[in-house]
Parts: sequence; structure tokens; C-alpha cells
Amino acid sequence: MRRVMEMVVENLACARGGVPVLEGVSFGLRGGQALMLRGPNGIGKTTLLRTLAGLQPALEGRISVPPEAMAYAAHADGLKATLSVAENLAFWARIFGQRDVDTALTDFNLGDLAQRQAQNLSAGQKRRLGLARLLVTGRPIWVLDEPTVSLDVASVALFGQAVQRHLEGGGAALIATHIDLGFEADELDVTPFRAVPREIDSFDEAFA
Amino acid sequence: MSLWEYANPTRFMRTSGVLLPWLWGLTGLSLVVGLVWGFFLTPEAENFGSTVKIIYVHVPSALMAINAWLMMLVASLIWLVRRHHVSALAARAAAPIGLTMTLIALVTGAIWGEPMWGTYWAWDPRLTSFLILFLFYLGYMALWEAIENPDAAADLTSVLCMVGSVFALLSRYAVNFWNQGLHQGATMSLDKEENIANVYWLPLVITMVGFGLLFVTLVLVRTRTEIRARRIKALIARERMV
Amino acid sequence: MIALLLRDLTLAIRAGGGFGLALTFFLIVVVLVPFGVGPDSTILSAIAPGILWVGALLACLLSLDRIFALDHEDGSLDLLATAPIPLEGVVAMKAAAHWVTTGLPLTLAAPGLGMLLSLEPAAFRWLVLSLALGTPALSMIGAFGAALTVGLKRGGLLLSLLVLPLYVPTLIFGAETVARGADGMATATPLMMLAAITLAAVALLPFAAAAAIRINLR
Repeated sequence: MRRVMEMVVENLACARGGVPVLEGVSFGLRGGQALMLRGPNGIGKTTLLRTLAGLQPALEGRISVPPEAMAYAAHADGLKATLSVAENLAFWARIFGQRDVDTALTDFNLGDLAQRQAQNLSAGQKRRLGLARLLVTGRPIWVLDEPTVSLDVASVALFGQAVQRHLEGGGAALIATHIDLGFEADELDVTPFRAVPREIDSFDEAFA
Repeated sequence: MSLWEYANPTRFMRTSGVLLPWLWGLTGLSLVVGLVWGFFLTPEAENFGSTVKIIYVHVPSALMAINAWLMMLVASLIWLVRRHHVSALAARAAAPIGLTMTLIALVTGAIWGEPMWGTYWAWDPRLTSFLILFLFYLGYMALWEAIENPDAAADLTSVLCMVGSVFALLSRYAVNFWNQGLHQGATMSLDKEENIANVYWLPLVITMVGFGLLFVTLVLVRTRTEIRARRIKALIARERMV
Repeated sequence: MIALLLRDLTLAIRAGGGFGLALTFFLIVVVLVPFGVGPDSTILSAIAPGILWVGALLACLLSLDRIFALDHEDGSLDLLATAPIPLEGVVAMKAAAHWVTTGLPLTLAAPGLGMLLSLEPAAFRWLVLSLALGTPALSMIGAFGAALTVGLKRGGLLLSLLVLPLYVPTLIFGAETVARGADGMATATPLMMLAAITLAAVALLPFAAAAAIRINLR
């Protein structure tokens, strides 16, 4: 099922609110590899991930990635309060042209909650449901922004296992996180890529 | 040497800085000549009385009210296609001027309408169209104000300007359709050359040129202000990052 | 894409008031008018086409800001933008769901409210036909306005201001169709214009709205 795929990012620069935050970001990601993005708050990890996911244009540089290979997950899970756990998952599965939601439910230990409405879930359970969505996209490259927020230790372990299974199946993951997910992974500290503010000595340079 | 070089902000600031004193001079000259000639040196029309002289403000402002929108449309398209920031800022700069011109046209029309038709306002197609245009200007400006990211604001207002232009044309047609024949008196418009005697025509042309120059001058001044404001913003943002 | 339409409809039903909100507002407008202008049935009958169309338009306006705002808040819009279905399709489906929950019930309820306003008997079918043809345009234009203002905190009033002038042609041709129908005149021209506006809006505005959403998401 998995295609041989590779993501290559070269000399990427991205901006938040029109102000450049990161520049010269380069890295590669192969199938079976997980890359942890590190760096202090506000450095631009979220901006970088949104740029990679295609939600905002890059200022410069190149992102080469197979079409329709990325699944993006951020702080908000995209859940509907009045839909049940299974309905929420089934909706995203259909949007991504998939059918099977049972594996996702089992992998994230949501089987018992399948019929419960999302509004009656705890924050951690919602988060698990949001992450289970990744499994039903059927996409090989996961781009995740702080996936472990509000997860307890057991759930983090569950998530770590899911990522490992994904990698073993030939998938890849790019994860911005501060904690250890319990498996070996490469790290990329984005702090050195922090954009250097340019001198503004003429009117031209006021326009990025 | 291409026209697009003037889209460079620094170049624009330099060139417009040189041009502006001349433009101000020409604007003042043509407005003074046109308005003095029109107000004091033309005979009073037999069946209109002195009220007819309001055309020297009414017609040019109405003309510029529409032309300002056309200019915004062109500037928006240039921004969307070529991403020249000056173009987007010029469109933003033109909107309040267009709004004011529309307001002047509406108010002078009402003042003129009272002695002519016995009413300040009638839902005549032309009047209604201008009212709708007024709303379009308001919406366009409100959208600019509401969005913080300047590039996103430029993009969204450009999209609105394009879609709005189509609907403005459609409204013009719809309004004609809606009230045709109900208010014949109101179609006594002065924008057809044959309707107006030669003695009135020349000063009217001069005031039209004057209003046109006034528009260009004000757009340049306001665009310069917008460019400076953007530079201040960029400088402040840089301060915060250092 | 059908999944999206079904989800939005399910949400509208479960949230309660999804269908009822617009209808109730329409009812309120129509009931209030006679108290304002008096019970004289000749006057009511004369202004009925306009009141019914204005009422339907305002009821439609009421729920516009929810088209994208809820999906933007909970992150669904980000996820939909990165999903395999085109964003233009998302916009079209969202507008369709809005129409099913507002335009369609308004169209079906209009004859009843027309009776309250002493609408000419001949005009009833034109009322239903014009609303059925015109309200999809209202939903689609509204979705475009909602797309422009999706990222804004207090976008509601701005949305109304943006959409109002865009609604003018639809309102004119819609009300004109009913008024002409009431007078027994030919209704073909305004009706065809109405259909043309709806078709053009449905064909072209999804692209403008999707572009606006992409800009707002970045």
C-alpha cells in the first residue's frame, strides 16, 4: 500500500503575519523515518509545519513531496461536538476516500467510546480521537504539531506505538514536540534557522 | 525602461515626490478656472435658474466616483497578477476618495433635485445605483480595516473588488429594469453632450479635468502615506525581533 | 463531498434550531409587518411580494457567518484544506448545506406566510418559483462573504455590509417576479435573470470563495 516516498525541503523560508521567522531550513525525510522538530516556543515550528502542509506559501525555497502524501494535524482536532466518535472518524475517512475506521479505534483505545458524542469526551480522549484521524487518512507522511498536548502517560505510549507502526509500514512522520515519545528518532533543532532581521534602509525592504 | 519600474516603492516615492507639486498646481488651476467660470461667468439658464450651476460639482464628482472604482479594479488586478505592493496600496488609497466623490455626487444631486423635481431623493435608477456604489465603497474599506495582515487584506479586498464590480454592473442593469418608466423626469441627465449648451460645456470639461487631477493627486498623496505607514510597521516589527 | 454535505446537515439537525432559526425569523418579520403598516389588506397585498423577499433575504443573512466560522474554530477548515477534495467543492457543499437548512424551508413556508399578507392568489406559484430559483444564489453569495470574513473575530456585521450590495440584483429580480405575477404580467424576464444569477453564482463564486479561504488560512 505504501509508496516509496521521500520529502525534501531545501532552503525554505517562511513568515508569520508577514514577518519572516525562519529561513534556510533544509532537511530530508525518508519512508520509515521520524523527525522531531525541536526549538523554543515562538521560534516558528507551527509556521514551518503549516507551510509544509501547504496552508501558507513559502517565502522562498523548495518543498518536494509526492502529491497527496501528507496528513496534517495541529492543536485543533477538527471534531464536531454533536457527532459520535465513530461518526467523526467515519467522516474524515470518507473525505480521504477510506472505509476502515475500526483499526484506528482499536489502536487508540477508543473502541469503548465509539458511540459517545465528542462533546462528552475528556480533553485527552478528544486528542486521541484527533490523532486516530491520521490513521484513516491513509497518507504516508504525517505532519504533526504538538500531538501529545493533554495526553496522559499511557496515551502518549499508545501514540508512540501508533507512530512506530506507521514507520514500520513505510510511512514517515515530522513531529514538533517537546517530550520523548519513547522510540528512537532523528532530531532537527530549528533554532539556527531563525530569520535574521534585515536592515530596512529603503522603502523597498518594508515589503517582504 | 518599463512602466513596471514605477511599481518599485522607492522609485515610486521619488517620482511621485517630484510630480506632486506640479499636480497640486495644475489641480488648483483647473479647479479655480473651471469653477469660477462655471459659477460666475455663464448665463443663467431660462428654465433652470442658477441652480443649474451645481452641475460643475455634481457631474465631475459623479464621473470620478465611477472612475475611482475602475481604477481600484485595475490596481487590484495588477496586485493579484504581478504582486506589486504599490498597486495594492494605491487601490486602498483610492477607496475613501471614491467614497467621498460618491457622497458629493449624492448630496449635490439631492440639493439640485429639490428645486428641480421637488424632492431630495427619488428611487431613480441613477440615484439608486450611486447609493449601491456607496455601499460597495463602505464594504471595501471596512474589509481593509478589519484584516490585520496587510498582504491578506490586499488579496481579499482585491477579490472583493473583482466580484463587486460584476455585481455593481448587474445592479445597474437590475435597477434600470426595476424602475424603468416610473420616474421619467429623473432621467434628465446631463451626461449627454447634446443636452447641454456650448456655453456650459467648456467650463464643465475644465472642472472634469480638475476633478480628475484632484483624484490623481490625492491618490498619490494617500499612497505615499500608506507606503510610509507600511515602512513604520516593518521597522517596528524588526525592533521587536532584535 | 457528499459526506461533507451529509455531515453538515446532520450537525444542523442535532444542534437544534438549524432549520428553525431562519424560519422563525422569517415568520417574525412577516408577522410584524402588518402591525407596522396596518391591517388594510389592499396595502398588505401591494407590499407582500417585497416583504416576503426581504424577509427571506434577512433570514438567510442571519445564519451566514456560521457557514465557515464553526469549522474554522475547531480546525476542520485547516484539515479540509489539506484533504484530497478541492476547496472549491467544500465551498459549494457548504453553500448547499446552508441552502437546504435556510433557503429550502423558506421557499416551502413562503406560501403560508403569503396568505397572512393577502398576497394575490395568482402570485403564489411565482413566489415559490422565484424563491426556489433565487435562494441558492443568496446562499452562494453569502458563502463568498463568509469566506472573506472567516478569520475575523467580529465578522458578523462586516459580513452583512459586504453581502448586502451583492444581494441587490437577486432581490430586485425576485421581488419583481412576484409583483409581476400578482399583476398578471409576464414574469419570464425577471425569472430568467434570477436563474442566470443563480447559475452564474453557483458556477463562479466557489472559486472566488475558495481563494478567499486559502488567503484567510495562511
